[in-house]
Amino acid sequence: MSHLTETAPAAATPMPAKATAPPPAGAPSPEELMAELRIKPRPQIFRKVPPSWQTFLSNKAGVAGLLILAVFIVAALLAPVISPYDPYRRAGKPHVQPGVEHFLGTSRQGKDIFSQLLEGGRTSLTVGFVAGLSATLIGVAIGISAGYFSGKTDEILTFFVNVSLVLPALPLIIVFASFVEEASPTVIGLVLAFTGWGWSARTIRTQTLAIKNREFILAAELMGESKWRIVLREILPNMSSFVVGGFVLATIYAILAEAGLEFIGLGSPSSVTWGTMLYWAQRAQALQTGAWWEVWPPAFAIMITGAALVLVNFAVDEITSPQLRAARLGGRIRRFLKRRGRSVDVF
Amino acid sequence: MSSNLMEVRNLTVDYVGENAIARAVNGIDFDIREGEAFGLAGESGCGKSTVAFALARLTRLPGLVTGGSVRFMGEEVLEFERERLRKYRWNEVSFVFQSAMNALNPVIPVSEQISDTIWTHNPKATREEIRARAVAMFELVGIPARRLDDYPHQFSGGMRQRICIAIALCLNPRLIIMDEPTTALDVVVQRDIIEQIVDLKAKLGFSVLFITHALGLLIEFCDRIGIMYAGELVEVAPSSAILDAPQHPYTRALGNSFPPLTGPRQRLEGIAGTPPAPRAMPVGCRFAPRCGQAMPVCSLIAPELKVYPELGSEAACHLLQ
Repeated sequence: MSHLTETAPAAATPMPAKATAPPPAGAPSPEELMAELRIKPRPQIFRKVPPSWQTFLSNKAGVAGLLILAVFIVAALLAPVISPYDPYRRAGKPHVQPGVEHFLGTSRQGKDIFSQLLEGGRTSLTVGFVAGLSATLIGVAIGISAGYFSGKTDEILTFFVNVSLVLPALPLIIVFASFVEEASPTVIGLVLAFTGWGWSARTIRTQTLAIKNREFILAAELMGESKWRIVLREILPNMSSFVVGGFVLATIYAILAEAGLEFIGLGSPSSVTWGTMLYWAQRAQALQTGAWWEVWPPAFAIMITGAALVLVNFAVDEITSPQLRAARLGGRIRRFLKRRGRSVDVF
Repeated sequence: MSSNLMEVRNLTVDYVGENAIARAVNGIDFDIREGEAFGLAGESGCGKSTVAFALARLTRLPGLVTGGSVRFMGEEVLEFERERLRKYRWNEVSFVFQSAMNALNPVIPVSEQISDTIWTHNPKATREEIRARAVAMFELVGIPARRLDDYPHQFSGGMRQRICIAIALCLNPRLIIMDEPTTALDVVVQRDIIEQIVDLKAKLGFSVLFITHALGLLIEFCDRIGIMYAGELVEVAPSSAILDAPQHPYTRALGNSFPPLTGPRQRLEGIAGTPPAPRAMPVGCRFAPRCGQAMPVCSLIAPELKVYPELGSEAACHLLQ
């Protein structure tokens, strides 16, 4: 502890031979560095696209997610055209194996699974996206207003946020279902939209509170920008990854909740959605009787849609964070440093 | 001539983008001698702070030190692993950054923040020893010991900056890296703090790397000064020579952009043009497009930093060759 109380540094410690320092490691030229880290100049086709889209499009996972979603959406849109059979009618014998006649086989009731999958995608995706989008819009509008306008506005809005957070969506839908006899996908979607915005409102409000005290908001206020402009042009873009993340989560939640409700028989069994397909498969004991083709198609459709949405979310996160973008090179940078004997403690 | 505490050779720092690389620091060489105040000056964006961060091993992605070496007392800083790095930071080299006064936690008394630093690096120290050390450091930077238990908001900006300097000094480092430590303060407080650092340096014998764009401040305070332009060192000279005998046209131009306090009134000359963009650096000398004395060779071949013993300076300019 003696060195704590003395004020002068210890007499100069003998230093290792420094005059004969080894020659400094040569720095690679920018071109060599780009080659070694496999950084390629921006492809020509991207030149005209805005930078944020360039980032998105150069993320393979994000593009994959977007393509999967596009395929699902196009298939759902074209369902009436490409469906080989009427999804609501008997199209063959019960539990026909997948084959030439029925691409994905038939259900216990003899309905064509492939046609049902396309038709079910129409409903499930519409309910999911509409409920997800509405929940996000409500959440963002209420969250930003509560955060930015504070005071009484905040108190009132936060009260509603808290109410929506404690409202249990599933029991509510069960109650609704008993009122309207059969909860159609539209009813389910509406209830999910009006109960699912609480968390995104909460996060957006907190984020707004953090951003609104930053200098650039003060500057915008001093420059006389209108409140709406500040909210929409100054604050909102700073939260784009939160908004998109909230939308993705709300959509996945809506798709899963809709499927879950229908699976346990609370939906309208006469509608065709991925959830009712699973409901009928369960009723028909499809798995137990070896009719896997009745269970797996809707199950995989739900899983893949969710996964694709999450992939898109990762790619959007990258747009707002240069660190995440550089971290794509993580392994290559580690190897670059290791080859040169450098510490890799740079992340 | 005293020996070198830190030797920076061919230090290269890049910002790694998805589709391009921006070279922020392009192979710079300089030494910091034992007990010396070395200054780095240059325009905004010339790479001064990137150098400070690289020496502190604080470069984070997308920034990356891609080449060169930083030797501290003969050891390669860029090879330090976690434990060694921990000892290097603060025990041997400490830092005061421009926003240092915001580095104090608003809900903890400053005494605890300085004690924490001492305790983290000396876990065996007793409470009394740590307290005594904290009091001593506070008095060293001119803050009365009775203020020790106050919270950061009870101090002025200048006092907070001095507290940060006290925290930087409390482990007796060999080198303090100061990146614009007084830029946010008014000139009177600035002067006060600089004088205190000069005093402390004489008393404690540490070295200082002082980074600022205020050339006037550097000339008063530093022994030697390096002038940076567009990521390169263009001249390293004793501070007296920077104004009186500048070798590089950029140094001369920088010197001419400060008004002298005495002497006849004269017209100040700025430097025409703007610094080059890091992704579109000119071939040859980077200053050539703005240089009044540029020759044909300047835009073809990049000059190297060479020692001119008769001038006591190092400079990178074709005019001198």
